[in-house]
Amino acid sequence: MHKIALIIRREYLTRVQKKSFIILTILIPILMSALMILPAYFATMDDEQTRTVAVYDGSSVILGRLENSEFTKFKFIPEEEYKNIKDKVQGSDYYALLVVAPNFLTTKTVQIISGGSIPFDLKSQIQDKIQSVIEKDKMAEVVRQTNIPDLEKRIAATRTHINIDTIKLGEGGEAKKSSTEIGMILGYVFGFMIYMFIFLYGTMVMQGVMEEKQSRIVEVIISSVKPFQLMMGKIIGIAMVGLTQFAIWVLLGFTILSASRSFYPETAQKQQIQNVMSQNQDAVQAAAPQADKMQEVFSMIDTINFPLIIGCFLFFFIGGYLLYSSMFAAVGSAIDAQEDAQQFIMPITLPIILSIIVLMSAIKNPEGPIAFWFSMIPFTSPVVMMARIPFGVPAWELALSMFLLVATFVGMVWVAGKIYRTGILMYGKKPSWKELGKWLMYKS
Amino acid sequence: MELFSAKEVSKTYANHQALTKVSISVEEGSIFGLLGPNGAGKTTLIRIINQITGPDSGSVWLKGRPLKPEDIDQIGYLPEERGLYKKMKVGEQALYLGQLKGLSRRDAMKELKIWFEKFEITAWWDKKVMELSKGMQQKVQFICTVLHKPRLLIFDEPFSGFDPINADIITREILQMKKDGATIIFSTHNMESVEQLCDHIALIDKSKKILDGPTQQIREKYKSNIYDIAYRGDLDIHGHVLAGKYNILSNEQNGMGNKLSIQYPDGSNSRELIRDLVEHVEIVSFNEVIPSMNEVFIKVVKQNA
Repeated sequence: MHKIALIIRREYLTRVQKKSFIILTILIPILMSALMILPAYFATMDDEQTRTVAVYDGSSVILGRLENSEFTKFKFIPEEEYKNIKDKVQGSDYYALLVVAPNFLTTKTVQIISGGSIPFDLKSQIQDKIQSVIEKDKMAEVVRQTNIPDLEKRIAATRTHINIDTIKLGEGGEAKKSSTEIGMILGYVFGFMIYMFIFLYGTMVMQGVMEEKQSRIVEVIISSVKPFQLMMGKIIGIAMVGLTQFAIWVLLGFTILSASRSFYPETAQKQQIQNVMSQNQDAVQAAAPQADKMQEVFSMIDTINFPLIIGCFLFFFIGGYLLYSSMFAAVGSAIDAQEDAQQFIMPITLPIILSIIVLMSAIKNPEGPIAFWFSMIPFTSPVVMMARIPFGVPAWELALSMFLLVATFVGMVWVAGKIYRTGILMYGKKPSWKELGKWLMYKS
Repeated sequence: MELFSAKEVSKTYANHQALTKVSISVEEGSIFGLLGPNGAGKTTLIRIINQITGPDSGSVWLKGRPLKPEDIDQIGYLPEERGLYKKMKVGEQALYLGQLKGLSRRDAMKELKIWFEKFEITAWWDKKVMELSKGMQQKVQFICTVLHKPRLLIFDEPFSGFDPINADIITREILQMKKDGATIIFSTHNMESVEQLCDHIALIDKSKKILDGPTQQIREKYKSNIYDIAYRGDLDIHGHVLAGKYNILSNEQNGMGNKLSIQYPDGSNSRELIRDLVEHVEIVSFNEVIPSMNEVFIKVVKQNA
């Protein structure tokens, strides 16, 4: 086996076999999706506690007109009972006491008295119910005054929901249906992933180089292989660790996507039934477009050019990673101890942190000058270009950006190799940037 | 036959001259001692032989032709600063290092089995390096250096970190490898082991080679007309005629026998010394003092200062 292959193999296997790698690879997507899904799940979770609310209606406006829902019962109580319990709701049979003052129609305010704090859902439920009672009264009043037949239905018919299809014209003039929202999400996710990978695996390269230098094994290894082979073997081996992780995530992602698709129709139906049961006419109307939207999201996902995005992701990940990890390798070789790393790491990480800031503006305006220029500069292009690609990027821009990146990383790998070669055998010196510059000039 | 040679090798780092026109020639099947004070340039020369770095001028030759990158597999190098991957298992690591030197995995495995059994360390195979003591790590590293049966071995302070028993085992292995035809370049500050092992030495000081030759010849060359003599009879050296002609280094007279250490001046010789002595005492033994490598080292380096 070729020597560089041996190095790649060792770098790859020692990392992939680590428990921490396996755990993180599985945990990160779970944590990420948990972060996104759990709050939504909790928000939609039904409140399944049956509560009886005592209602004292001093105004008689809503008397007997609050209908019970599945878990919330309303009991209208006379004034006597109200006076009895108003100071000791906790001790009564009721969960809370709703008080409608005689002057309610002018104040438009009701009171809920209870021992504990009122769940948000219950509060908004009561609010909705009272509002719709008042609205019905007002509507009936208008109908009575104007005498227009079917006014109620006519007004209801004015409610409209519109959909916006965003059509993007390709270079050949063919129209593509695209989704700005999904583009933004994908741009953000992929841009951020590049950022994360470069950071994570770049510093892993640095740690690896430092480990070899500190343990002094480096002298043994470079008496068997060229320093450049050792550096590249390490960089490539660690890149493959990253790609393995990415491949696992892509697989997981597609599995989840297709699983949720087959699961979707069921949930959508359930939701509609629920809305019908809640007797809220508006909800039924609102639910229909919502269901459409889910369908639309799936069809949008279908229109996304995943092969292109994943292909570009691999290219920009490898390009950006090579660029940064070679710099990290050079820094790792130059220093003896972690403490000395700071002064060198700062300038390296600055452009990549900058690129994540630009990413935010690039997904909002993927064709603006900021997005354009930063997707050309090789130090920021991997992240920023990745953010633009889901929106579609002209082929020449993509090609130019790729070319610049390749040219820069080839140059950077060369420079890093020279610094590395000298650095790994240099002990007891706190190097400066000037010193690193000198090493560049050394003959081998 | 010459296995390795360096011809007029010079190397300069930024503003530091590491080697100035150093030439050495190493005979096949011999042990060559590369000596010199700290910072003299030995490590630089060793790194040039290992092709870790290249000379600014001059050339290095292996088996009569210029050293090529592929020759790296024929060289085994044990650096002074030892190091292994601390978190890697012993066996796996030895396999890896053997393969980097061009062995197939199977051959490396076969050789390792032999060595691990010889050193009785088979039980360490699945241990992480960090679990071993320093001496144990040195043993593993020694095996990794010689595993691929290199033609040329370079040992930089091979005995450091070993207890006397293990140092002895290593010495035996080194001599065995020499017997089997390996050529060894041996760098150390331990002059006793130089006397014991080296056929030939070169001494580098301040980037230049200042001494070169077969160990025995060098010691002969640096002897300084000193003789240790055991004698019978009474000899009071104070104001004695011998004291006028010779440099008396010591004269002990006690129940154990009488001993005289004496140096004749340049221009004289041992025959004359004996003639002068027999006039006064009965000689029991007469031995020329050959300087130790330690003495030669100190003398030569001081002269060069």
